[in-house]
Amino acid sequence: MRPRIDLLGPELTDLIIAEAVGLLGSVGVAIEDEQTLELLASHGAVSHRSRSNGAGTDPGPCRVRLGEELIQRTLATAPPGFQLFDLAGVPAYAVDGSTTSFVPASAATRLLDQNEARPPRTADLIACARLVEQLPGLAAQSTAMVPADVPELVSDSWRLYLSLLHCTKPVVTGAFSLEGLGVIEALLEAARGDAEALRSHPLAVLTCCPTSPLGWSRTSSRTLIRCARRGIPVEIVAMPLAGFIAPVTLTGTLVQQTAETLAGLVIHQLAAPGAPLLWGTAAAIFDIRYETAPIGAVETMMMACGSARIGQKLGLPTQAYIALSDAKLLDAQAGLETSMGATLAVLAGIDSVSGPGMLDLINCFSLEKLVLDHEICCMAGRIGRGLEPTDDQPVQPLIEELLEQRHLLIADHTLRNIATEINLPGSTIDRASRERWLADGAQTLGHRAHAEAQRLLQHAPPLAVPWAEALSDRRRELDRIMLEAARAAGAEHLPETGTGAAACSP
Amino acid sequence: MQPLSELARSLCAGDDASTVRLTRAAIDAGTPPEIILSDGLIAGMKVIGEQFRRHEVFLPAVLLAARAMHRGMELLRPLLAAAEVSGQGTVVLGTVRGDVHDIGKNLVAIMLEGAGYEVVDLGHDVPAERFVEAVEQSGARVVGLSALLTTTMSAMADVIAELTRHGLREPGTGSGQAGVRVLVGGAPLNAEIARSLGADAYCPDASSAAASVASLLEE
Repeated sequence: MRPRIDLLGPELTDLIIAEAVGLLGSVGVAIEDEQTLELLASHGAVSHRSRSNGAGTDPGPCRVRLGEELIQRTLATAPPGFQLFDLAGVPAYAVDGSTTSFVPASAATRLLDQNEARPPRTADLIACARLVEQLPGLAAQSTAMVPADVPELVSDSWRLYLSLLHCTKPVVTGAFSLEGLGVIEALLEAARGDAEALRSHPLAVLTCCPTSPLGWSRTSSRTLIRCARRGIPVEIVAMPLAGFIAPVTLTGTLVQQTAETLAGLVIHQLAAPGAPLLWGTAAAIFDIRYETAPIGAVETMMMACGSARIGQKLGLPTQAYIALSDAKLLDAQAGLETSMGATLAVLAGIDSVSGPGMLDLINCFSLEKLVLDHEICCMAGRIGRGLEPTDDQPVQPLIEELLEQRHLLIADHTLRNIATEINLPGSTIDRASRERWLADGAQTLGHRAHAEAQRLLQHAPPLAVPWAEALSDRRRELDRIMLEAARAAGAEHLPETGTGAAACSP
Repeated sequence: MQPLSELARSLCAGDDASTVRLTRAAIDAGTPPEIILSDGLIAGMKVIGEQFRRHEVFLPAVLLAARAMHRGMELLRPLLAAAEVSGQGTVVLGTVRGDVHDIGKNLVAIMLEGAGYEVVDLGHDVPAERFVEAVEQSGARVVGLSALLTTTMSAMADVIAELTRHGLREPGTGSGQAGVRVLVGGAPLNAEIARSLGADAYCPDASSAAASVASLLEE
């Protein structure tokens, strides 16, 4: 039995949903984009234009009231789950309430390198993708960092391009602009073969974020619409900050987050009923001492669990930014915040967890932390499978065998069950005797994680999907799309892609 | 006939059925039993032991190999006895008096058996005189002592003193020339404490037991 926790309870869950629906019907949601406004209006949503700040001449965004009937109608078309496929088109993982899948967090602007935070480079993204490929506890890759060595205009598509070249797992990504979204769509279609194949075998999830409080920007709402129409799954990730741009109470913030996410769902499902989406969240508290939004705070984690419960009540697959840390280094805080988050995520039944590898208020990625977090994810996943009877009851025959053989180390029962019953962590986790630990050099966690990351990178096997062979046509198309986008962005030189191909030199 | 390297590989893989089949095939082909033992079974155990020492495989893999070796030895043992070929040697093991913890000692026994040694396991809470009796009866050249508690490790010195009092530590005693050598291990010990107790070697973990015994026997 999968163990579960519910921090809200059924009555409070229903109350939050009802209040969020009421909020959308009375206060409404601010929409910047004309196309989105037309879409909503064509389905009966009532809009009115308000001044952006009450004093200026800027008419500001339109505020749209979404009625309960419209919300219920779109909720009814949203699918309860969906399947993601790897680069070869093989089923990779499902988000359908059956298990928690872990994905590296996204979009760090710094990389922790020898305890120094520096801007990430192309080589760092390649290393990250190659690590994720080899860490079985991570279901998907993400475009974890924003590369600083390419023009800003293509920094979103360039990181996806690298991910596709160096890792076969599905990818969680996002667009920084509508121009970038166009390149991303083209890259995904090229990688899959064509638009229909991408629709039937989704390869990526795009993150779309409302603007708290209760707003949807032009880029985000257009991304929702375009992804829905192409069948590219999205995760709607609101980030209201409790006590700053949302009520200080956690349930109050959850009402706001629910309203913001529901508004996105309405836009998405009106654009293409039945299109796949995840009910996500990055709702956080606001720390008044440091003016930061700590994603590793316990209250932030509680809101992630609460959001998941709300999503589950609405019959949707769920996502959250959790299992990450605000620490600046790979220290005890990094471990405790990540572990607590991963464990809570599993117990709350969150389908897709965005977190591993991330530090410093979602600003700094660490390859060493990714390796450590992979162990945390595997441990949390083990908790998620729970305590279950296997084929050993009644136990008496086993005890008799034990008394006769003096141990059960190679008993048939042991060999049959050990791999699923006991999670054996990698070398990052220290379980050695003190003597062996000393003999191995008395390595700290940081040393061990660094050594493991380096070992994995140095011994990375070739990709299971050989770009140079079976998918050479698709590879050429990827290169062409990226090259064209880079030229348009004014790139004079692009970094090496680490594939041995001279595809990108505009 | 399959080469003995194939036999060694099957043993490494813990495949006892193949190990029996290949051992029988080697016997049928007229290969001397001591060669089958040294170039097939023991060679395979050395490989898996080395992999275990480097932490490339885990304890069950060693035990599976040891089980395969045991199956092969069932065929070879009568032939070796007829040819008067001796095995790797005998080790007397036990947890010292006052101490009932024997998991570590049991692991060492398993590892030594896997490496081809005959093991006389005296169990736990073993008085010093019992070690002496076992050495005299088995002709063992190595005694392994285990203790988990700081309060009981001094009993190791008692065993060593008892062996000395019976003249078993002198060269020419036991079945070899160097006298009985004593190996100690357990949570409260380290190499320095082992020396202070009068032991000949300290064994930090089960994986190093076979190598430690081999080293003692070579002295």
